[in-house]
Amino acid sequence: MELTHTATGVTPDGSPVPAARAGLSAQRRRRAWWMLAPMLVVLAAVAGWPLLRTIFFSLTDAHLSSPERWQFIWLENYIGRYGLVLDPAWWGAVGNTLVFALLSVTLETLLGLGVALLINQPSRVRTLLRAAMLVPWAIPTVVSAKMWSWMLHDQFGVVNHYLLQWGLIHTPIAWTADPSLAMFAIVLVDVWKTTPFMALLILAALQMVPADCYEAARVDGVPAFTVFRRITLPLIAPGIAVAMVFRMLDALRVFDLIYVMTSNSRDTRSMSVFVREQLIDFQQTGYGSAAATLLFFTIAAITIVAMRVLRSREADA
Amino acid sequence: MKALRRIGYAAAATLLVFVSVFPLLYAISSSLKTRTGLFSPELIPAEPTLANYVSLFREQPFAHNLLNSLLVAGGVVALSLVLSLMAAWALGRVSFRGRGALLMTILAASMFPQVAVLSGMFELVRWLGLYDHLGALLIADLMLTLPFTVWVLVTFMRQLPKELEEAAAMDGVGPLTLVFRIFMPLLWPAVVATGLLAFIAAWNEFLFALTFTLSTEQRTVPVAIALISGSSSFELPWGALMAASVIVTLPLVLLVLLFQRLIVSGLTQGAVKG
Repeated sequence: MELTHTATGVTPDGSPVPAARAGLSAQRRRRAWWMLAPMLVVLAAVAGWPLLRTIFFSLTDAHLSSPERWQFIWLENYIGRYGLVLDPAWWGAVGNTLVFALLSVTLETLLGLGVALLINQPSRVRTLLRAAMLVPWAIPTVVSAKMWSWMLHDQFGVVNHYLLQWGLIHTPIAWTADPSLAMFAIVLVDVWKTTPFMALLILAALQMVPADCYEAARVDGVPAFTVFRRITLPLIAPGIAVAMVFRMLDALRVFDLIYVMTSNSRDTRSMSVFVREQLIDFQQTGYGSAAATLLFFTIAAITIVAMRVLRSREADA
Repeated sequence: MKALRRIGYAAAATLLVFVSVFPLLYAISSSLKTRTGLFSPELIPAEPTLANYVSLFREQPFAHNLLNSLLVAGGVVALSLVLSLMAAWALGRVSFRGRGALLMTILAASMFPQVAVLSGMFELVRWLGLYDHLGALLIADLMLTLPFTVWVLVTFMRQLPKELEEAAAMDGVGPLTLVFRIFMPLLWPAVVATGLLAFIAAWNEFLFALTFTLSTEQRTVPVAIALISGSSSFELPWGALMAASVIVTLPLVLLVLLFQRLIVSGLTQGAVKG
């Protein structure tokens, strides 16, 4: 009996035995590092190291075809005569990305809130609604891009067909080829695909609102809309904020959707599409890496600010 | 008033189901149409045919692409789960200096834009001699899956009772046995959910697959679909394209619907409580 107690470092009444416990927890910590090591090594190799190399390349004039031959040109890629700061194509990509991110996240939040409220209503078809809602989310981005490209096809697309038939338009619309509409089409597909994700997160927040809040309001005869505005919304606002931050970070690095729907077109090219075009198509490792580095630090800055704001809000509440 | 509410609910619910499901149904319908049938937009094909599916496997190396996707996604899931289960024990159940900072670093890694590691990863892949090889994707995709598999499993592993571990320690069980023999069977819903999310991430991954493979035989399905081309560059084979889309999507939709409860819990654990 005595032996096992020392071995686990716990006395019969549950209080720790100091010396034995210290040795044991030191051993435990050592083991913890061993258990962590494989994951940390892999993560450092596939995320940390490549990121550092990208930042390093951004200070050079490296070329993809001859990666060994490079020279330091320091900040030339950023602020030099041919640097990013003076490159209208880069600023175009920045603008496209911002428009895409702001539009899609706003629409997805509003629609996601609507869908979450709808599914949160007690009803017999609730499970069916949730299952249906998950379908767009389960479809790979590349596939939804192609599916919608087909539905939005200017000649044979089902969307143009019905819009023409119902007399809403008189000539077929080239949704993805027309520069002024292409971004709209891309946002539409992203909203279709990603609203379920927003709705799921908002739904999770909704279900954490204690039922007695509603009970009290119902007893007092408060109208439904006031209940929503005064009770539900403030309670789920932090959840929505977190979901919006996640989506925003995701939207700022958008690649698949835009690349598949409109390729490298200047009118819709996002920052990620711009980076890949420079890195791979033009083989400009140095210049492309500089653009990638800027994108990375933009996202990092937004993450840090968002975390700070969310933290301080939490502390206030 | 009550009737009005019910009508409103029914209308909203119908709209939601229609908008969510119609594009997939339309893709299925298009995939079953003949070349000329594709020009008319009805949902039920006039003369249904499997020709598009046949041509996909005859004229394109689509079977190969499917196998590639399965190998990559399966490998990525296995590697991510093993590595992150081990790490989750250390991060979730042992308190040591620097744990909080480590968790934040891992969370930060999940915010990395893929293009930010692209040139460094390209170099790594070439150095390993894996360019135009599936192994490149196996490694690269870990960057996408590891941060969130670790994060989600840590939150689940924290919820296991302390007594279990004390009992195991009394029997002199090492941490590997503890994690894989004792905790994993208890955590299987979380492991399945995490594994599925990792599978979906790797199955859908596009940017790395597009960049690190060159030959059609090494392509995964998303790249094959994005780069499918017809006899001329102006005429895309929409029928075959939709057939390919249906083939990759249906298993995924079924998996998600089958495991929806688990997946939803995995997603919200990672996001809301993180």
